[in-house]
Amino acid sequence: MALAKLKDDALAARLAGLPASAASGWLAAAQTEARARLAAMGLPLRRDEYWRYTDPATLNAPEVPSAARFEAGDEAPAFDGIDRLKIVFVDGVFDPAASDDLALAGVEIERLALAGQADIHWAQGTYGVLEARGQTPVARPFAALGSALATEGVLIRVTGQATRPIALNYHHVSDTSDAILHHCVKLEAGANLTLLESGPGAARLTKVLEVDVGEGASFHHIRVQGRDHERRAATHVFAQVQAGARFKSFTLTANGRLTRNEAVIDLVGPNASAHLAGAAVGDGDFHHDDTVFVTHAAPECESRQVFKKVLMNGATGVFQGKILVKPGAQKTDGYQISQSLLLDEDSQFLAKPELEIYADDVKCSHGSTSGAIDETALFYLQSRGVPRAAAQGLLVLAFLAETIQEIADEAIAEDIRSRLEGWLQRHAAKGAT
Amino acid sequence: MLEIKNLHVKLEDEDKVILRGVNLSIGPGEVHAIMGPNGSGKSTLSYVLAGRDGYAVTEGSATLEGEELLEMEPEARAAAGLFLAFQYPVEIPGVGNMTFLRTAVNAQKKSRGEPELSAAEFLKLVREKAKTLKIDADMLKRPVNVGFSGGEKKRNEILQMAMLEPRMCILDETDSGLDVDAMKLVADGVNALRDAGRSFLVITHYQRLLDHIKPDVVHIMAAGQIIRTGGPELALEVEANGYADILAEVN
Ligand SMILES: Nc1ncnc2c1ncn2[C@@H]1O[C@H](COP(=O)(O)OP(=O)(O)OP(=O)(O)O)[C@@H](O)[C@H]1O
Ligand SMILES: [Mg+2]
Repeated sequence: MALAKLKDDALAARLAGLPASAASGWLAAAQTEARARLAAMGLPLRRDEYWRYTDPATLNAPEVPSAARFEAGDEAPAFDGIDRLKIVFVDGVFDPAASDDLALAGVEIERLALAGQADIHWAQGTYGVLEARGQTPVARPFAALGSALATEGVLIRVTGQATRPIALNYHHVSDTSDAILHHCVKLEAGANLTLLESGPGAARLTKVLEVDVGEGASFHHIRVQGRDHERRAATHVFAQVQAGARFKSFTLTANGRLTRNEAVIDLVGPNASAHLAGAAVGDGDFHHDDTVFVTHAAPECESRQVFKKVLMNGATGVFQGKILVKPGAQKTDGYQISQSLLLDEDSQFLAKPELEIYADDVKCSHGSTSGAIDETALFYLQSRGVPRAAAQGLLVLAFLAETIQEIADEAIAEDIRSRLEGWLQRHAAKGAT
Repeated sequence: MLEIKNLHVKLEDEDKVILRGVNLSIGPGEVHAIMGPNGSGKSTLSYVLAGRDGYAVTEGSATLEGEELLEMEPEARAAAGLFLAFQYPVEIPGVGNMTFLRTAVNAQKKSRGEPELSAAEFLKLVREKAKTLKIDADMLKRPVNVGFSGGEKKRNEILQMAMLEPRMCILDETDSGLDVDAMKLVADGVNALRDAGRSFLVITHYQRLLDHIKPDVVHIMAAGQIIRTGGPELALEVEANGYADILAEVN
């Protein structure tokens, strides 16, 4: 088959550019399995249904398209004011000097690069396992690539209440860095963790985060993706949420030539909940794709997807979001909204919301809208003396507010809000983010 | 204060002409009222003065204290001292009323080169003004005009006017939708602002409001022109007889 051949060729070319995995022990075994999964599916092509709106060519390419690092000027680094345990990666390589001691009460933190040496490890039940499960019904080749070839990442096991958030900080230095990261987080029953992620990671980042949220546990994830204009990223979150557990994830994205953020969430025990939110602001050569798949596999679970995009000067936003309610998942409460605010006629928003329901006693709703700025509101603000650009900033912030409300921690929410405000003000002042 | 000369306005995208040569001169400290049948162009006049898009001025001029208004951006007109209390105040979901007021006050201060108000100064001022208009804390916290009753929206317009202290205030049917007590509150709010350096243009259908806000001059607008100008007695005449006699007299 011609298509299969193309995919295999794409994969062979991509792999040829990467160092072979040096993992040993259980990790080597897990990576070999992932490699087999990857070989079976090949890399994606635009012709694949799941990649219809986003061209994977530059994610496939053996050569990393060059990306200059963003100079943040006097803008404070994300989460700077939050008391957190910092783990730093530079172009995908762990930086011990810049990182804190990997010690936190109630939490075990280990580098992936060192964990493989053990023969038996708790992460054997998670690493590549949630990713492999997330490969059906839709293949996610870059996730398999992440499992097969990651040399760095962290393994975090939470047994109690983490006293402060863990922050993964991804610096980008080299213009052509190609980083592959894989993290696993396991929250034991009743445990609690906030995970922060920030920074671009590399010129091109392929990343997998697997999260197992145990019974009654609570996981909170807040991410700010780097502002480098030319960076590219394919990121994945795979989560399994057990009975009575809470999963929450929020992502803020501004800039980036190409970003594909996939989230595959399985609610596997009764009364579990998952909230996913994303705010993206794109100006010019910007393509942002949120691809979400939430499965209700148990009764009485709740899920919420809130994704909003502000697009201008030809930027493109994509949302593919699905809620699957399996037989027996009665009393499901599923909600999904995806909206875009198009600040000009050159920008576009492509949305594919889907519901697939095999239970009869469920409440599911979804909606997708695309609209221009409210000129009447803009004039009202201007008539009170607010300059047009600032008025537009206020309305943009108001549009995105519903996503920020998904952040439970008020200090973190305020970091995000003021960050956005700062961007919008600077954008208004000089006409670029 | 405000000088409007031979103002002709049509819709930008259509051939429809709305104002056909409006002349109006309001001196400092004066209160003028405009009455007139529905659709005669009263709101259009106020929108054109405030700088709303969608209208084309084909002839004439409008100046505020000698400055040509019609070339300015809406925010520059506001900074120059113009204020329009909207006939239909706009709802802005997601923007808190407080944030809105503070942004507006500080934007105007900034453009005039005055120091901005601190959070504490602003809070004190807004609480004080809100209290006299019986606007409660909840209304200040809610998004701008969202879920406000008709009367609450109108009081919120007056609160904005009180905070911004403009020199030329245009009130477009601020009395409509107000109960008797609220009308009194609004009128008191307006009267409190009356001074020798501040002028008002009050658009209304009812003599009632003019009992509370005593106008110096009353104009009747019809079909895009001011067809009659007189003293407060003109409003009483309209109240008693409607517009038929005045229109007949002109035609
Ligand atoms: N944007 C617009 N598009 C189409 N028609 C318009 C527009 N703006 C004003 N008009 C028309 O112009 C005329 C004047 O409208 P305007 O709102 O100024 O009247 P008004 O005197 O304020 O009436 P009312 O007393 O009912 O408030 C009306 O016929 C109205 O339909
Ligand atoms: Mg009107």
